[in-house]
Amino acid sequence: MASDAYPKSVLYCGVCSLPPEYCEFGGTTKKCEEWLEQHHPDLHSQLYSKEAIEQNLASLSLDAQKRAEKDSQKKAAKAATAEARAAETRASSKILIKRIERNKRKYVTAVQGLEAFGLDIKKVAKDFGKKFATGSSVTKVPGGGDEITVQGDLSDDIFDYIVEHYKDVPEDNLECVEDKKKKKADG
Amino acid sequence: MFKKDISPGAKSKVKSSVQRTIRAKVLETYPLLEPYIEDILPKKEQLDLVKLPDRVSLYTLAQTPLFFQHMDDAILPHLTLVHQYPHAFHRLRIDRGAIRFVLSGATLMAPGLTSPGGRLPNDPNDTDGKYGTEELLPGTVVAIEAEGKETACMVGVLKMGTEEMKKAKKGQACEAGHYLGDGLWGLNLG
Repeated sequence: MASDAYPKSVLYCGVCSLPPEYCEFGGTTKKCEEWLEQHHPDLHSQLYSKEAIEQNLASLSLDAQKRAEKDSQKKAAKAATAEARAAETRASSKILIKRIERNKRKYVTAVQGLEAFGLDIKKVAKDFGKKFATGSSVTKVPGGGDEITVQGDLSDDIFDYIVEHYKDVPEDNLECVEDKKKKKADG
Repeated sequence: MFKKDISPGAKSKVKSSVQRTIRAKVLETYPLLEPYIEDILPKKEQLDLVKLPDRVSLYTLAQTPLFFQHMDDAILPHLTLVHQYPHAFHRLRIDRGAIRFVLSGATLMAPGLTSPGGRLPNDPNDTDGKYGTEELLPGTVVAIEAEGKETACMVGVLKMGTEEMKKAKKGQACEAGHYLGDGLWGLNLG
């Protein structure tokens, strides 16, 4: 061991981000196993071979085994429900692109609901600013939550940009709205 | 410490003088890192300080987290660093049964270390001397490995000396600092 080259490079699981040998203690063991099989078949055969599993079980008392199993099942169920819920919110939440009239012929564009898709809105705001060369900021909405405000009428451009760059966002969940008055009618 | 998911706070650059003190402190606490310190904390690179909740500060180099510190306590290494240089830290090993508790953030209890699967310094079962021969005192920073695993699963501060642990065989052994899958582990610095 002492002659090993340092720094050691450690492989981390692509699903749960732990080193693969600890995957069994996360809630997503099944998925981790599949991932490992696809990406690192040699390690997979080493970690998930029958002997390895039997050996793991042998070192625990029967009682402890049962408890551990129950625990891991609970964890797995929890992880599964959390994921399902996340997928659901993702499917149901909408991104609103609002064109708001500031003065006659002057507009700002507000984008709401990006955070439901796991995007960091601060970063997205920065990206918008860079892409369109306009002011772009994160502002608080009176009803709670944040929105991105981009200067200028960019609703169509932003629509295209989101579709193109953030693949997680389905196009159907994007919506363009227009606000005529200075005061926001409900979108 | 990081049981819940956390979000990084303000990020700021570390003054070069402070950077030097950090470097000196790291070397003092972990003398075995000496040969690699240039790789870990290069003199010329700009360190960043990321503030985390509960007065924890995390030192990062570009996107890689290196060390974290609660107020002025000991500087603890991030687990990725422990994985890269495992031999540079004091190591203990826990038995298989304790892994799941540790990975859900429990305080490490002494039986997990004293049982046949666990390893403390001067262990008769430890043939290749991996876990050292020196008894450790309370307050020492240790990396916790696990039975049958190669990589460490936790970094913490000893609450009880290893000698005492062998005698008492119960009670809290090590305060959970940072474990695999906790908020600090999942922290996104991008």
